[in-house]
Amino acid sequence: MNIMKGRALRATATAAMLAVFGAPVVAEELFYVSGAVGNAVENFKTLVKPWEEATGNTVTLVPMPASTTDQFGQYRLWLAAGATDIDLYQTDVIWAPQLADHFVDLTEVAKDLAPTHFPSIIQSQTVNGKLVALPIFTDAPALYYRTDLLEKHGKTPPKTWAELAETAKFIQDAERAEGAADLWGFVWQGNAYEGLTCNALEWVKSFGGGQIVEPDGTISINNENAVAALEAAKSWVGTISPDGVLAYQEEEARGVWQTGNAVFMRNWPYAYGLGNGDDSAVKGKFAVTTLPVGKEGDTSAATLGGWNVAVSKYSTKQEAAISLAMYLAGPEAQKQRAIAESNLPTIIALYDDADIAAAQPIIPQWKDVFLNAVPRPSAPTLGKYNEVSAKFWSAVHNTLSGQGSAAENLELLEVELTDIKGSAW
Amino acid sequence: MATNSGGLSLLQQRQRAAFWFIAPMLAALFFVAAWPLLRTIWFSLTNTALSDLYGGEFIGFDNYLSVRVLESGRWIWRGTLVDPAWWNAVWNTVRFAFVSVFFETILGLIVALVLNAEFKGRGFVRAAILIPWAIPTIVSAKMWAWMLNDQFGILNDIMLNLGLIDQKIAWTASVDTAMYAVLMVDIWKTTPFMALLILAGLQMVPRDIYEAAKLDGVNPVKVFFKITLPLIRPALAVAIIFRMLDALRIFDLVYVLTPNSAATKTMSVISRENMIDFDKFAYGAAQSTLLFAIIAVFVSLYIWLGKVDLSGEGQK
Repeated sequence: MNIMKGRALRATATAAMLAVFGAPVVAEELFYVSGAVGNAVENFKTLVKPWEEATGNTVTLVPMPASTTDQFGQYRLWLAAGATDIDLYQTDVIWAPQLADHFVDLTEVAKDLAPTHFPSIIQSQTVNGKLVALPIFTDAPALYYRTDLLEKHGKTPPKTWAELAETAKFIQDAERAEGAADLWGFVWQGNAYEGLTCNALEWVKSFGGGQIVEPDGTISINNENAVAALEAAKSWVGTISPDGVLAYQEEEARGVWQTGNAVFMRNWPYAYGLGNGDDSAVKGKFAVTTLPVGKEGDTSAATLGGWNVAVSKYSTKQEAAISLAMYLAGPEAQKQRAIAESNLPTIIALYDDADIAAAQPIIPQWKDVFLNAVPRPSAPTLGKYNEVSAKFWSAVHNTLSGQGSAAENLELLEVELTDIKGSAW
Repeated sequence: MATNSGGLSLLQQRQRAAFWFIAPMLAALFFVAAWPLLRTIWFSLTNTALSDLYGGEFIGFDNYLSVRVLESGRWIWRGTLVDPAWWNAVWNTVRFAFVSVFFETILGLIVALVLNAEFKGRGFVRAAILIPWAIPTIVSAKMWAWMLNDQFGILNDIMLNLGLIDQKIAWTASVDTAMYAVLMVDIWKTTPFMALLILAGLQMVPRDIYEAAKLDGVNPVKVFFKITLPLIRPALAVAIIFRMLDALRIFDLVYVLTPNSAATKTMSVISRENMIDFDKFAYGAAQSTLLFAIIAVFVSLYIWLGKVDLSGEGQK
């Protein structure tokens, strides 16, 4: 009895003190789940430190596999079960329509913050007038090239895919003759997963072959430009790209590149900062440019990527979670992310920021690239996007690995997509 | 005694006691095995979505097979039973199960025979050989994924240096080798399990039979086929069926090693893909139900045709 009384007294005293000093009554412990590439886990700790100190809350990062397809499966499962373990989800730009029901509407709390972001990105995260997630960084891939090797062989960065293949082949052959047996011309992401949809969409779009499903919902993939694009990509496998590229995701491609074994790489901006790290064999020896086009006159296409933070409807600590989401989407965190991880900010003003320009000179150049970025057809296909994407990457993967020609596979894909579509998306 | 138990005979009393001893077990089995199974079968007959598990409506067998006649008179068949992706997965699974179990049995038998012999340090070797089996599949699959990596993998490196191949092989990427890669890892991982089960069978064989054979001068090959094999047949049959059940529902290894390759996608993998990734929960449930049916049919056939004795009475 006495002990309990003592406890109750002490608890009351603590509560009274906190009330007087205005400190948070309970320090919340939040869980933030995110895919992890590169140094994401360490960087996240530094990133949230100011927020933790200001609010007294703590946040733990739950790292997930880098593959967005794997992450989605797990998140859908947790959300469907109404799991309270995770408070915040880092979501891919394409997920908003599929997961909208499970997240808190942030329209009201972010009414001052949202207009400072690129309107197209805010738009992509708005489903039926509900702001599902706040953007924390955007992504648009680039063509990485080795300045030292191009200079040595008197080549310029390629403008078209054909030029790229030619330059890659030339340098690869020349360097191999000099003893660099493991050197490859071009590495990218050819594994059968969401990343291949991004890669292939860029080829198709930059060959003038549309974007699989057009914004109005028509299925446009079965056309001769798309066929030409896939046939071109197929010719790289085993010549300028290793056969294994068909199992590469971002990190495998970066592995080959960062050990100095590739002339060109297609990857997202995060690889820029890591490539200039002290343990990198290509530090200071590379630059980036826009991805090539099909032929002169076509426009380059970069698939719009990017990540957002969403607050789970099932979280028991929503207030603290929303505060963290606002911090991560705010200018302070985005600036730090840009400098430390070469992630592209979604706040327009940060592209004119002197500190970012000094630390990551590519970022200011990137503004135009991603303003012309092509979105994946997640908006028109709604809840069926994953299936559409899986059908598309399967058709592409089959083509690349020699299971049927591009024309055959795309014809079949059109039939399958029509089936999935039914009467309407 | 007799007055207390209300006139029940001793046998009835024992049966009643036995029932109460088994009851907790039956209840546990019902909740962890029968209930999920029945629920999955029910889901497969509805249009349930993952985000609303209780909102599904009964739609009969449409997830399995449905037909619609268009105005043009064309017949459109839909459902799992006409889905080529499903049949591809069935074929992959069956192929995987037969090949892997075949090799695991042969290799397991060889290992068990070696371990059954008397030699110094046998206890240590027996423990050591179990290591692949003890490593969680997810860990060994990741480990092998690195060993099989086309650029950095040790396997390609060794084979290149030995001159067995002249070009690095993309094990998990190429459609031709993806299945071999999965098979290789599974055989590596599960052979110890087979070896252990077979070893248990071998140790039941009475030593004096071998001594008699030795005295009669029967050659060792004949001893193996005429004495060892028939005597361990019951143990072998049980080991094979355990492995077969395991192999037919293979998921983890394929999911980690070659998650989206049509060349290795198994029934479990495709059913998960439909349930979670594609938001076709009921459709995936129909595939899970078919997977259960296929395994059930298979096991029944095996027991019936192989006259496998699972009751243990034949051992007497």
